[in-house]
Amino acid sequence: MSRAAESDGAPARGSGAQPGPSHDTAPRREPPHGGPEHGGTAAPMLTLRHAAKAFGAVRAVTDASLDLFGGEAHALVGENGAGKSTLVKVLAGVYQLDDGELLIDGRDVKLPSPAAAIAAGIAVIYQEPTVFPDLTVAENIFMGRQPLRSGRRIDARSMRVQATALFGRLGVPLDPDRICRGLSIADQQIVEIAKALSLDARIIVMDEPTAALSAVEVARLFDVVTALRTGGAAVLFISHRLEEVFEICQRVTVMRDGRQVLTSPVAGLTADDLVRAMVGRQMEVRSAGQQGTPGEAVLQVDRLTREGVFTDISFQVRAGEVVAFAGLVGSGRTEVGRAVFGIDRYDAGSVTVSGRPLRKGSPPAAMAAGVGFVPEDRRQQGLVMEMSIQQNIALASLGRLRRLGLISAASERAMASDWAARLKLKYGRLTDPVAQLSGGNQQKVVLAKWLERKPALLIVDEPTRGIDIATKAEVHSLLLNLARQGVAVLVISSELPEVLYLGDRILVMHEGRLAAQILRADATEEAIMSAATGQLQAQAS
Amino acid sequence: MSTAVTQQREPSGAPADLSSRRLTERVFRIRESGIIAVLVVFVAVTTIIEPRFLSQQNIHFVLINTTIFALLAVGETMVVVSRNVDLSVGSVVGLSAFLSARLFSQVHGIPIPLVFLAGLGIGLACGVANGLMVAIGRVPSLVVTLATLYVIRGIDILIVGGGVVDASSLPSGFVNIAQAGVLGVPYLAIAVAVVVAAAAYYLRCYRSGRELYAIGSNPEGARLAGIAVGRRVFTAFAASGALAGLAGVLWAAEYQTIDSTAGTGYELTVIAAVVVGGVAIFGGSGSVVGAAIGALLLQTISSALNVLGISGYWDEAIAGFLLLLAITLDRVIAVRLVAALRRRSSRGTA
Repeated sequence: MSRAAESDGAPARGSGAQPGPSHDTAPRREPPHGGPEHGGTAAPMLTLRHAAKAFGAVRAVTDASLDLFGGEAHALVGENGAGKSTLVKVLAGVYQLDDGELLIDGRDVKLPSPAAAIAAGIAVIYQEPTVFPDLTVAENIFMGRQPLRSGRRIDARSMRVQATALFGRLGVPLDPDRICRGLSIADQQIVEIAKALSLDARIIVMDEPTAALSAVEVARLFDVVTALRTGGAAVLFISHRLEEVFEICQRVTVMRDGRQVLTSPVAGLTADDLVRAMVGRQMEVRSAGQQGTPGEAVLQVDRLTREGVFTDISFQVRAGEVVAFAGLVGSGRTEVGRAVFGIDRYDAGSVTVSGRPLRKGSPPAAMAAGVGFVPEDRRQQGLVMEMSIQQNIALASLGRLRRLGLISAASERAMASDWAARLKLKYGRLTDPVAQLSGGNQQKVVLAKWLERKPALLIVDEPTRGIDIATKAEVHSLLLNLARQGVAVLVISSELPEVLYLGDRILVMHEGRLAAQILRADATEEAIMSAATGQLQAQAS
Repeated sequence: MSTAVTQQREPSGAPADLSSRRLTERVFRIRESGIIAVLVVFVAVTTIIEPRFLSQQNIHFVLINTTIFALLAVGETMVVVSRNVDLSVGSVVGLSAFLSARLFSQVHGIPIPLVFLAGLGIGLACGVANGLMVAIGRVPSLVVTLATLYVIRGIDILIVGGGVVDASSLPSGFVNIAQAGVLGVPYLAIAVAVVVAAAAYYLRCYRSGRELYAIGSNPEGARLAGIAVGRRVFTAFAASGALAGLAGVLWAAEYQTIDSTAGTGYELTVIAAVVVGGVAIFGGSGSVVGAAIGALLLQTISSALNVLGISGYWDEAIAGFLLLLAITLDRVIAVRLVAALRRRSSRGTA
């Protein structure tokens, strides 16, 4: 009821937007209206003042202030651990502030629960959407607020019609009657956005929405964000990809160590400015001279085929070389990596490691042959979240830690603290559950687990997904160092800058086939993208 | 393999949507029609071998045996759908059966409906206790109800001691409840069928019912969606307890000799019925109708073995085999469904 009253105000505020000078790179971008630099002509929809939140001794957010205006897409950037996720959860009603104020439409509010946040007109779209896989798309949108008919019964037909109408507004046709299980992450996000629309949410928080999307899906999402914004909503957009900030946001707030360190219009800023504000230094650029001469082929893949997934994949990775696999999500990159390591079976072809054929479908055989595999989804597949840091590091090397059949805790500890120091792991105690670490540090633990085995070949799938920029750089230099020490490294990544930065050779997949092999010297984003989208197929091979 | 040429995501038009909808509907229809088919085949085969199986008397016998389990299955389904489990129902049946039957000798001339209410109240109290510990105490339901399974049975034993309530102390009106019926269909079975239908309608058409499915499908998501998870789960346990209390009174009426072992082990039979009936053991999907048919199937099998002169010892082995079959089928269908939906949507994108 209160929501209806609040949403009445939204269009009026949205119509107050004034056109202003437009930016050269993004013609569809409109300037923010209001904002501090405009002298406060419009009142902000949402204001955070000196917000602080601590968990025990850890002060996640110490001093964050933020104004969100209707009609703007506002980027929130910062390293992992800078306090962004905490702020998101405060706005979602999951956490309550220890200190500071939260104002909506100038009124002081408390958000004691997710329900309260929803009632206040705030919708949060998480990086990993929180859909109900067993329920239909329409039910997901209207859960808890289904349209009713007589006797307080759910009006399924009206629910379906309304859902179809919402997808019409978003320009994405999804069947409201299908269950959500099996929807792509991008489509699940669309379901969540439709839900936000159905709530008349005026403040939409997107927590790294593009992390798992392909380029086409990102473009579709951005269209939706622009539509929401021009409809008068305020969008708080959290992303690790700075180019996205420049593409769709009008203002940006940078957080560092729980503090807000910068709030500024995006126009006039450069990516370097943002990175400097986030980490206090510039990102390193890989110099050409770092690369050594590759040695013998460690991995030799011949005509590998798995029906319906990938076809006729042949390539090699030599000692001391980083080969990067690029391609759109769903092109089969990850599947090739999994087949090589033996997690998935393949129908034809062969895999040879260090000159010896590798038995298919057997990760233990691959490990014995000196192959390490860092999976895409570290929380589900790379780590045992409840186990301690040291147990996770030791997990792949238990054989060597065994004395008379028992694992020696002392040597496990020694091994773990050695790696923790070498990889600059940020942790409390080695006996803490690995779940307590930030994403970047978790990834370091996964890497340590494999590095302890001294692999001849390391396959790394999405090495830096959801990792902050500073740790990302550390992981990158770690991988390059490994190659320098003679390890063959196969990196699978959907981030073009990463592919370009790491790969000595770049293999591009398109619809299950190798579309192109690009040498480092010739590699550009454009070349990779055109191969990944199938435009280079004629010239390939 | 899709014959896609471009990577562009085109609006997946009506044809793809419609066919995927038909597919979904087909699979969901199969979920209950599968078990009905098994039931029909079982009845047919048994009847061909031994026509006595379809006698009015035997139908009455099977249905009356099913009523208790069907009633328990309704409550258990509500709990299981929310990704919980209630292991205490067997003990609740025992406690309620004894206490309510004893009322007849304690309060002379007590109206039978009042006894049913008393049984329901006893069950409700147990369910409320379970619900509070799960919802507020945040203790996993497996642990809570395993504990109350023993606690309630212990209380039952303490109260009953070595005693027994037998038929002589029960009024004839009560004893006859289980016998009366039309055309071999006991009134009790009809009443339970009404309860099943009402519960099915509630779970399908009411917000709070759908929210149970949402909770089971994604507990964290449900919390973030602003659903009162604790309250809903509490209600499910309270309902399961109340229905188990009611089932206890039915138990007394059917068996008429009640000692402290009444209803022992029922919890596993009920969970078997629920799973065989197509309710996903990790929550989120399934229906009370399926669960009730699952209960009917288990009773039919047990009766068929009896009629065919096969040792009753096979009973549990077959129930276990069915359980495995149901779970396998469930997995296969789920995997197929996801694969099919993926294919559809990738065709839509291609």
